[in-house]
Amino acid sequence: MPLSASKLHVGDTYEEVVVDDLTRTQLVMYAGASGDYNPLHTDEIYTTEVAGYPTVFAHGMLTMGLTGKMLTNYVGDGRLTKFGVRFTNQVWPGDTLTATAMVKEINETKGTLLMDLDVKTLNQKGETVVSGYATAKIDP
Amino acid sequence: MTEEIRMPIEASHIMMFARAICDDNPIYRDPEYGEENKPHSIIAPPTFVRAVAQFDPHHELRLKSGKKWFGSGKNASGLAGKAPSSGGLHAEQHFEYHRHLKPGDQLSVTSRNGDTWEKESRRAGKLKFAETVHEFRDQSGELAITMRSVVMHTEKPVEQD
Repeated sequence: MPLSASKLHVGDTYEEVVVDDLTRTQLVMYAGASGDYNPLHTDEIYTTEVAGYPTVFAHGMLTMGLTGKMLTNYVGDGRLTKFGVRFTNQVWPGDTLTATAMVKEINETKGTLLMDLDVKTLNQKGETVVSGYATAKIDP
Repeated sequence: MTEEIRMPIEASHIMMFARAICDDNPIYRDPEYGEENKPHSIIAPPTFVRAVAQFDPHHELRLKSGKKWFGSGKNASGLAGKAPSSGGLHAEQHFEYHRHLKPGDQLSVTSRNGDTWEKESRRAGKLKFAETVHEFRDQSGELAITMRSVVMHTEKPVEQD
Protein backbone atom coordinates (compact mmCIF):
# COMPACT_ATOMS: atom_id res chain seq x y z
CA MET A 1 0.00 0.00 0.00
CA PRO A 2 1.41 3.41 -0.93
CA LEU A 3 1.94 5.70 2.02
CA SER A 4 -0.30 8.70 2.44
CA ALA A 5 1.11 12.11 3.41
CA SER A 6 -1.94 12.84 5.54
CA LYS A 7 -1.11 9.90 7.82
CA LEU A 8 2.67 10.40 8.01
CA HIS A 9 4.60 12.40 10.58
CA VAL A 10 8.21 13.50 10.78
CA GLY A 11 9.89 11.08 13.18
CA ASP A 12 7.75 8.05 12.21
CA THR A 13 9.90 4.92 11.99
CA TYR A 14 9.60 1.57 10.25
CA GLU A 15 11.84 -1.33 11.21
CA GLU A 16 12.42 -4.85 9.88
CA VAL A 17 14.81 -7.72 10.57
CA VAL A 18 16.13 -8.16 7.03
CA VAL A 19 18.31 -11.22 7.65
CA ASP A 20 18.61 -13.59 10.62
CA ASP A 21 21.86 -15.58 10.93
CA LEU A 22 23.37 -14.67 7.55
CA THR A 23 24.80 -17.74 5.81
CA ARG A 24 27.80 -18.19 3.55
CA THR A 25 25.39 -19.73 1.01
CA GLN A 26 23.56 -16.38 0.85
CA LEU A 27 26.89 -14.75 -0.07
CA VAL A 28 27.36 -17.35 -2.84
CA MET A 29 23.85 -16.55 -4.12
CA TYR A 30 24.61 -12.82 -4.09
CA ALA A 31 27.88 -13.37 -5.95
CA GLY A 32 26.08 -15.41 -8.61
CA ALA A 33 23.25 -12.95 -9.14
CA SER A 34 25.30 -9.75 -9.04
CA GLY A 35 28.43 -10.90 -10.85
CA ASP A 36 30.73 -9.79 -8.01
CA TYR A 37 32.81 -12.95 -7.61
CA ASN A 38 35.44 -11.37 -5.38
CA PRO A 39 36.82 -14.35 -3.39
CA LEU A 40 36.68 -12.19 -0.25
CA HIS A 41 32.98 -13.06 -0.11
CA THR A 42 32.99 -16.77 -0.88
CA ASP A 43 36.51 -18.23 -0.66
CA GLU A 44 37.47 -18.95 2.96
CA ILE A 45 41.05 -20.04 2.14
CA TYR A 46 41.88 -16.95 0.09
CA THR A 47 40.18 -14.61 2.58
CA THR A 48 41.91 -15.96 5.69
CA GLU A 49 45.34 -16.90 4.29
CA VAL A 50 45.92 -14.24 1.64
CA ALA A 51 43.67 -11.27 2.44
CA GLY A 52 44.09 -11.51 6.23
CA TYR A 53 40.44 -11.43 7.36
CA PRO A 54 38.94 -13.81 9.99
CA THR A 55 36.44 -15.26 7.49
CA VAL A 56 34.54 -14.31 4.32
CA PHE A 57 32.26 -11.30 4.64
CA ALA A 58 29.17 -9.95 2.89
CA HIS A 59 29.24 -7.84 -0.25
CA GLY A 60 28.38 -4.27 0.74
CA MET A 61 25.73 -4.45 -1.97
CA LEU A 62 24.10 -7.45 -0.28
CA THR A 63 23.68 -5.37 2.87
CA MET A 64 22.34 -2.48 0.78
CA GLY A 65 19.99 -4.88 -1.04
CA LEU A 66 18.68 -6.21 2.29
CA THR A 67 18.21 -2.62 3.46
CA GLY A 68 16.37 -1.84 0.22
CA LYS A 69 13.94 -4.70 0.97
CA MET A 70 12.93 -2.90 4.17
CA LEU A 71 12.50 0.35 2.20
CA THR A 72 10.31 -1.09 -0.56
CA ASN A 73 8.21 -2.98 2.03
CA TYR A 74 7.64 0.40 3.71
CA VAL A 75 7.18 2.82 0.80
CA GLY A 76 5.76 0.40 -1.81
CA ASP A 77 7.03 -0.88 -5.16
CA GLY A 78 8.42 1.53 -7.74
CA ARG A 79 8.18 4.49 -5.34
CA LEU A 80 11.84 5.24 -4.60
CA THR A 81 13.45 8.20 -6.32
CA LYS A 82 16.74 8.14 -4.39
CA PHE A 83 18.61 5.64 -2.23
CA GLY A 84 22.18 6.01 -1.01
CA VAL A 85 24.36 4.58 1.76
CA ARG A 86 27.79 4.57 3.31
CA PHE A 87 29.16 1.20 4.41
CA THR A 88 30.43 1.70 7.95
CA ASN A 89 31.18 -1.83 9.20
CA GLN A 90 31.62 -5.20 7.57
CA VAL A 91 28.85 -7.80 7.78
CA TRP A 92 29.82 -11.38 8.66
CA PRO A 93 28.24 -14.83 8.41
CA GLY A 94 26.04 -15.34 11.48
CA ASP A 95 25.01 -11.68 11.65
CA THR A 96 21.41 -10.64 12.13
CA LEU A 97 20.58 -7.27 10.59
CA THR A 98 17.79 -4.87 11.44
CA ALA A 99 17.05 -2.06 8.99
CA THR A 100 15.21 1.12 9.99
CA ALA A 101 13.77 4.06 8.09
CA MET A 102 12.80 7.31 9.81
CA VAL A 103 10.70 10.03 8.19
CA LYS A 104 12.86 13.14 8.02
CA GLU A 105 10.80 15.46 5.86
CA ILE A 106 7.67 15.51 3.73
CA ASN A 107 7.64 17.98 0.86
CA GLU A 108 6.16 18.71 -2.52
CA THR A 109 8.41 19.17 -5.55
CA LYS A 110 6.88 20.08 -8.93
CA GLY A 111 3.50 18.72 -7.88
CA THR A 112 4.90 15.41 -6.57
CA LEU A 113 4.67 14.56 -2.87
CA LEU A 114 7.96 13.21 -1.59
CA MET A 115 9.16 11.78 1.69
CA ASP A 116 12.82 11.95 2.77
CA LEU A 117 13.99 9.12 5.00
CA ASP A 118 17.02 8.50 7.18
CA VAL A 119 18.09 4.91 6.70
CA LYS A 120 20.17 2.79 9.03
CA THR A 121 20.97 -0.91 9.37
CA LEU A 122 22.40 -2.36 12.58
CA ASN A 123 23.89 -5.75 13.40
CA GLN A 124 23.03 -7.82 16.49
CA LYS A 125 25.68 -5.93 18.51
CA GLY A 126 24.01 -2.61 17.75
CA GLU A 127 26.80 -1.51 15.38
CA THR A 128 25.75 0.47 12.31
CA VAL A 129 26.67 -1.44 9.15
CA VAL A 130 25.13 0.99 6.67
CA SER A 131 23.75 4.47 7.10
CA GLY A 132 22.16 6.58 4.44
CA TYR A 133 19.04 8.15 3.00
CA ALA A 134 16.18 7.52 0.65
CA THR A 135 13.45 9.57 -1.00
CA ALA A 136 10.10 8.08 -2.05
CA LYS A 137 6.96 9.31 -3.80
CA ILE A 138 3.92 9.25 -1.54
CA ASP A 139 0.19 9.77 -2.01
CA PRO A 140 -1.70 12.87 -0.70
CA MET B 1 34.59 7.59 -20.48
CA THR B 2 34.83 3.83 -20.91
CA GLU B 3 33.05 1.85 -23.63
CA GLU B 4 29.27 1.49 -23.54
CA ILE B 5 27.88 -1.70 -22.01
CA ARG B 6 24.56 -3.20 -23.11
CA MET B 7 22.45 -4.60 -20.29
CA PRO B 8 19.24 -6.47 -21.15
CA ILE B 9 16.78 -6.59 -18.23
CA GLU B 10 15.41 -10.12 -17.91
CA ALA B 11 12.77 -11.64 -15.61
CA SER B 12 14.85 -14.66 -14.56
CA HIS B 13 17.80 -12.46 -13.63
CA ILE B 14 15.49 -10.26 -11.53
CA MET B 15 14.08 -13.37 -9.79
CA MET B 16 17.56 -14.68 -8.95
CA PHE B 17 18.71 -11.26 -7.76
CA ALA B 18 15.67 -10.94 -5.46
CA ARG B 19 16.41 -14.37 -3.98
CA ALA B 20 20.01 -13.29 -3.42
CA ILE B 21 18.86 -10.35 -1.27
CA CYS B 22 16.31 -12.50 0.66
CA ASP B 23 13.41 -10.54 -0.86
CA ASP B 24 10.33 -12.68 -1.47
CA ASN B 25 8.19 -9.83 -2.85
CA PRO B 26 6.11 -11.29 -5.76
CA ILE B 27 6.62 -8.05 -7.77
CA TYR B 28 10.10 -9.47 -8.56
CA ARG B 29 8.92 -12.85 -9.94
CA ASP B 30 5.14 -13.20 -10.55
CA PRO B 31 3.83 -11.65 -13.82
CA GLU B 32 0.16 -11.93 -12.72
CA TYR B 33 0.82 -10.24 -9.40
CA GLY B 34 2.78 -7.63 -11.34
CA GLU B 35 -0.16 -6.90 -13.65
CA GLU B 36 -2.68 -6.64 -10.84
CA ASN B 37 -0.60 -4.46 -8.53
CA LYS B 38 1.20 -1.16 -8.96
CA PRO B 39 3.40 -0.42 -10.88
CA HIS B 40 1.61 -3.07 -13.06
CA SER B 41 4.63 -5.10 -14.13
CA ILE B 42 7.47 -7.12 -12.69
CA ILE B 43 10.12 -4.54 -11.77
CA ALA B 44 13.76 -4.79 -10.70
CA PRO B 45 14.74 -4.27 -7.03
CA PRO B 46 16.34 -0.88 -6.24
CA THR B 47 19.94 -2.13 -6.15
CA PHE B 48 19.63 -4.42 -9.20
CA VAL B 49 21.67 -2.38 -11.69
CA ARG B 50 24.91 -3.09 -9.83
CA ALA B 51 24.57 -6.46 -11.60
CA VAL B 52 25.80 -4.57 -14.68
CA ALA B 53 29.08 -6.30 -13.72
CA GLN B 54 27.65 -9.43 -15.40
CA PHE B 55 27.59 -7.58 -18.73
CA ASP B 56 30.96 -5.82 -18.47
CA PRO B 57 33.38 -7.81 -20.67
CA HIS B 58 36.33 -6.50 -18.65
CA HIS B 59 34.89 -6.98 -15.13
CA GLU B 60 37.91 -7.87 -12.96
CA LEU B 61 35.95 -9.74 -10.31
CA ARG B 62 34.79 -12.53 -12.62
CA LEU B 63 36.74 -15.71 -13.32
CA LYS B 64 37.59 -15.86 -17.04
CA SER B 65 38.31 -19.10 -18.82
CA GLY B 66 42.03 -19.68 -19.40
CA LYS B 67 43.11 -16.80 -17.15
CA LYS B 68 44.77 -17.02 -13.73
CA TRP B 69 42.37 -16.17 -10.90
CA PHE B 70 43.34 -14.69 -7.54
CA GLY B 71 41.08 -16.96 -5.49
CA SER B 72 42.17 -20.33 -4.11
CA GLY B 73 42.66 -23.58 -6.03
CA LYS B 74 45.77 -25.68 -5.57
CA ASN B 75 47.19 -22.74 -3.61
CA ALA B 76 45.54 -20.11 -1.41
CA SER B 77 45.74 -17.73 -4.38
CA GLY B 78 46.21 -18.48 -8.07
CA LEU B 79 48.33 -15.32 -8.44
CA ALA B 80 51.75 -14.65 -7.00
CA GLY B 81 51.53 -10.87 -6.99
CA LYS B 82 48.85 -8.48 -5.82
CA ALA B 83 45.25 -9.30 -6.63
CA PRO B 84 43.29 -6.85 -8.84
CA SER B 85 41.04 -5.91 -5.94
CA SER B 86 43.51 -6.26 -3.09
CA GLY B 87 42.63 -3.84 -0.36
CA GLY B 88 39.60 -2.55 -2.28
CA LEU B 89 36.38 -2.17 -0.27
CA HIS B 90 33.05 -0.66 -1.14
CA ALA B 91 32.65 2.62 0.77
CA GLU B 92 29.52 4.29 -0.62
CA GLN B 93 26.73 3.62 -3.07
CA HIS B 94 24.09 6.03 -4.38
CA PHE B 95 21.18 5.56 -6.79
CA GLU B 96 18.85 8.09 -8.42
CA TYR B 97 15.79 6.55 -10.04
CA HIS B 98 14.25 8.42 -12.94
CA ARG B 99 12.11 5.36 -13.63
CA HIS B 100 12.07 1.76 -12.47
CA LEU B 101 13.20 -1.09 -14.72
CA LYS B 102 11.11 -3.93 -16.08
CA PRO B 103 11.84 -7.10 -18.07
CA GLY B 104 12.35 -6.26 -21.72
CA ASP B 105 14.19 -3.00 -21.09
CA GLN B 106 17.41 -2.74 -23.07
CA LEU B 107 19.86 -0.53 -21.24
CA SER B 108 22.94 1.22 -22.54
CA VAL B 109 25.35 1.90 -19.73
CA THR B 110 28.17 4.42 -19.70
CA SER B 111 30.60 5.09 -16.86
CA ARG B 112 33.10 7.78 -16.00
CA ASN B 113 35.53 8.42 -13.18
CA GLY B 114 34.45 10.96 -10.58
CA ASP B 115 36.33 12.50 -7.66
CA THR B 116 39.22 10.96 -5.73
CA TRP B 117 40.22 11.81 -2.16
CA GLU B 118 42.27 10.49 0.80
CA LYS B 119 41.72 10.06 4.51
CA GLU B 120 43.67 8.64 7.47
CA SER B 121 41.97 5.94 9.53
CA ARG B 122 42.71 4.24 12.84
CA ARG B 123 41.70 0.73 11.74
CA ALA B 124 43.04 0.47 8.17
CA GLY B 125 45.82 3.05 7.66
CA LYS B 126 45.69 5.46 4.73
CA LEU B 127 42.41 5.26 2.78
CA LYS B 128 42.18 6.22 -0.89
CA PHE B 129 38.69 6.85 -2.22
CA ALA B 130 37.69 6.81 -5.90
CA GLU B 131 34.26 7.52 -7.32
CA THR B 132 32.65 6.09 -10.49
CA VAL B 133 29.42 7.36 -12.04
CA HIS B 134 27.26 5.07 -14.20
CA GLU B 135 24.35 6.23 -16.35
CA PHE B 136 21.74 3.66 -17.37
CA ARG B 137 19.72 4.74 -20.43
CA ASP B 138 16.74 2.80 -21.77
CA GLN B 139 15.85 1.80 -25.36
CA SER B 140 14.45 5.31 -26.03
CA GLY B 141 17.67 6.92 -24.85
CA GLU B 142 15.99 8.23 -21.69
CA LEU B 143 18.02 8.25 -18.48
CA ALA B 144 16.51 5.56 -16.18
CA ILE B 145 19.03 5.37 -13.33
CA THR B 146 22.14 7.27 -12.27
CA MET B 147 24.48 5.31 -10.01
CA ARG B 148 27.47 6.62 -8.06
CA SER B 149 29.87 4.16 -6.43
CA VAL B 150 32.81 4.90 -4.13
CA VAL B 151 35.56 2.31 -3.65
CA MET B 152 38.10 2.65 -0.87
CA HIS B 153 41.59 1.18 -1.03
CA THR B 154 43.03 0.50 2.42
CA GLU B 155 46.72 0.39 3.35
CA LYS B 156 46.10 -2.81 5.39
CA PRO B 157 43.13 -5.09 6.19
CA VAL B 158 40.53 -3.41 8.42
CA GLU B 159 41.36 -4.26 12.07
CA GLN B 160 38.61 -6.13 13.89
CA ASP B 161 37.69 -5.10 17.45
